[in-house]
Amino acid sequence: MISLLGRTCILVALTACSVGMVTGMVAGKRQDIDMGKWSRWMAYVCAIATTASIGMMEYALLTHDFSVAYVAEVGSLDTPTWVTIVSLWSSLNGSILLWSWMLGLFLAGFAYLTRNQHQATTSWALGVAMGIGVFFCFLVAGIANPFEAVSPIPTDGPGPNPLLQNHILMVVHPPSLYLGFVGMTIPFAMGCAALLSGRLDGAWLRHMRRWMLVPWGFLSLGIVLGGWWSYEVLGWGGWWAWDPVENASFLPWLTGTAFLHSAMITQRRNKLQGWTVSLIMATFLLTILGTFMTRSGVFNSVHSFTQSSIGPVFLAFLGACLLGSVLLLAARVDKIQPDQATDDGAAPKETSFLLNNLLFTGFMFTVLIGTVYPLLNEAITGKQISVGQPYFDKMTGPIGLAIIFLMGVGPALPWGRVSLRRGFQILAFPLASGIVIVGICLGMKLRGGMALATFGLSGFALAVTLKEMASPILAFHQANGKTWLHSISTVFIQSRRRYGGHIVHIGILCIAVGHVAGTRYTTAHPLTFSAGESKEVGSYTLTFKGTEKQIESHRRSVLANVLVHQNGKELAVVQPRLNHYIKMNQPIGTPQVLSTLTEDLYLNAVNIDEAANVASFDIYIKPLIWWIWFGGGLMLLGSILAFIPSRRGTDGQETVEAA
Amino acid sequence: MKPKTKRHLLLAAALGAAGTALAFITFGNIGDNLVYYWDTSQLVEAGDDAIGATVRLGGLVKDGTVQWDADKNFLQFEITDNKNTVPVEVNGAPPQMFRESIGVVVEGTMDKRGVFTSDRLMVKHSNEYRAPAEGEKTADLYKTVEDI
Repeated sequence: MISLLGRTCILVALTACSVGMVTGMVAGKRQDIDMGKWSRWMAYVCAIATTASIGMMEYALLTHDFSVAYVAEVGSLDTPTWVTIVSLWSSLNGSILLWSWMLGLFLAGFAYLTRNQHQATTSWALGVAMGIGVFFCFLVAGIANPFEAVSPIPTDGPGPNPLLQNHILMVVHPPSLYLGFVGMTIPFAMGCAALLSGRLDGAWLRHMRRWMLVPWGFLSLGIVLGGWWSYEVLGWGGWWAWDPVENASFLPWLTGTAFLHSAMITQRRNKLQGWTVSLIMATFLLTILGTFMTRSGVFNSVHSFTQSSIGPVFLAFLGACLLGSVLLLAARVDKIQPDQATDDGAAPKETSFLLNNLLFTGFMFTVLIGTVYPLLNEAITGKQISVGQPYFDKMTGPIGLAIIFLMGVGPALPWGRVSLRRGFQILAFPLASGIVIVGICLGMKLRGGMALATFGLSGFALAVTLKEMASPILAFHQANGKTWLHSISTVFIQSRRRYGGHIVHIGILCIAVGHVAGTRYTTAHPLTFSAGESKEVGSYTLTFKGTEKQIESHRRSVLANVLVHQNGKELAVVQPRLNHYIKMNQPIGTPQVLSTLTEDLYLNAVNIDEAANVASFDIYIKPLIWWIWFGGGLMLLGSILAFIPSRRGTDGQETVEAA
Repeated sequence: MKPKTKRHLLLAAALGAAGTALAFITFGNIGDNLVYYWDTSQLVEAGDDAIGATVRLGGLVKDGTVQWDADKNFLQFEITDNKNTVPVEVNGAPPQMFRESIGVVVEGTMDKRGVFTSDRLMVKHSNEYRAPAEGEKTADLYKTVEDI
């Protein structure tokens, strides 16, 4: 029954997308307002139909209706309810269904928010976006059909992959990343629309940039949460390993970030239209490439699920999108008419934006090459290799430092020409702060050129950012004589976009500092304890108090009780554990982390011998890890602030200096 | 030549040069940082070339070769593909599932003594998780937690 209903909903969505695609494009071509309304209505229908299908799938999961293929694949009577709910994205077919649903919501949201803009560009954009919707609905209706009827009906299922049941972050990381990936469809469609209609004015660019901010913010958050999940679950004590799966999510982030900056140049100076549109297309194409790499099974990971025929289909779709984008760019890029290019030579702020774009693109290519090199090598020589972490660290380190440096220079400089003297005046104080920070680090006996450079440059960029945030408030306060609170809130609300940008920058700096400190200054202590034994690890004293057993419906676990003292004070009892899921043939550990703002104590049980009361742990002391998670939160907050539209009337006046 | 065309040409040349330099550095760096996936025979075949290279070495733990020093947290065993055998030293504890004749992967490098040193040891298992096979009792599987 559910199988039939769910399938019907998807077919409705597929039809709606097809009709919407055609009507949208025709409306764009003919500038036909009535036809445009049709495509908008189709977007709403698609959103409703996909929402209904998600509802049915969740219902089937929660009622353990094993006649539905997807429930038979990932459901289980033993799993806790929260695991059952999130099982929707624990395997391939469900995650593609989730993708279609989110795309449906994005389509409807875009159609609704642009309902009063009867422009050819809007219709074109909706038409292109719904064309992409056709592909995903087609996947759900066909080769990735989660609603397929199963016969005979099994009495129970295996449950989702235990690795995915092992941590609560499984609830938020995948949807967040999906919102990022799926949402890139809208700016991509808008870029195509700009080319198709030949119009890329300031207003359209502002729209594009805002529609980019939503997926970009979620993508940023999703990447950080993915790292956090890896840190809390996988037990190797790190959060980022330049693993192909991680890289797949990072590649579109890099070009997306480049776009957010180049769009400002285009908007302000009427330059680089073609480049800006290319970046947005590259971003979308990289999300599809990323989905192909993670889902097709060419790389083994927790994301690759089972082998399926979806790989070649994604590859074909990627090829089609790539070809379409290139042809569209080649044919139409000259048709984009700049209003009036202002040419005042090499203004330093503009140059810093250009360099930023080159660096981000270079970063992207560096990571892309390292990621696909093993695949190409294996295809040619048939030999399996991988590219080690040192490649990525060595190559991207200097690029990252240069980007942080520009993050200080760009926002500090005014638009237009600046004399060398003036430039120095502006940057003197921030540069001094950076140098002081390096001095302090040296005083703390920290060593390592790259790490110290990161801290110094981050200090420099932070000083600039804080100054940029404070000075408008200061000026307002002095000019109007209002209270501080009033001044802060007024200025903040008036230039939300700019402040959003500043907050994102601070988030990035937190991540950079946390990442470098956590990588460079981590100490590893693999230790084995017998019962009652105490050992010193850094400033901590760890005492192994014995083991404990815990039995749940879906797993049984062995816990090691470890008492932690620091400087003679009892801190906590932590319980790193090994979980044995009933339906899996090997145990999975859950490491335990004691976090403070300055450092984490990370304990992962390697083995726990209940009979002999002996346990071995990998213990790490990792400084400043919390800064990474905090930075991820700041990035989401900043992008939401920048997204919220300013009140009517102020929108046009708002400047675009949010750098 | 118009000044604009000239500028474009110069720009293209500069970008081309920068791109070539970047590609050169990139591929040089990739070549220096490859991780090889070898079995013991391939490692032995590589001879001295293997010394210093990062290798993911797969094979079986040879029966009767496991020595575990809990105080030093130091593990020694021999890894074999039933043709060639290589001694391995691991800095760290054996994982829960580790035992004789089980498949393992160690990541590390060959040193001049002909010993493979590693600080990363993984027990090899099928990449897909699976339910117990027909006739395999769940109680047997629990032993992996309880017996070691």
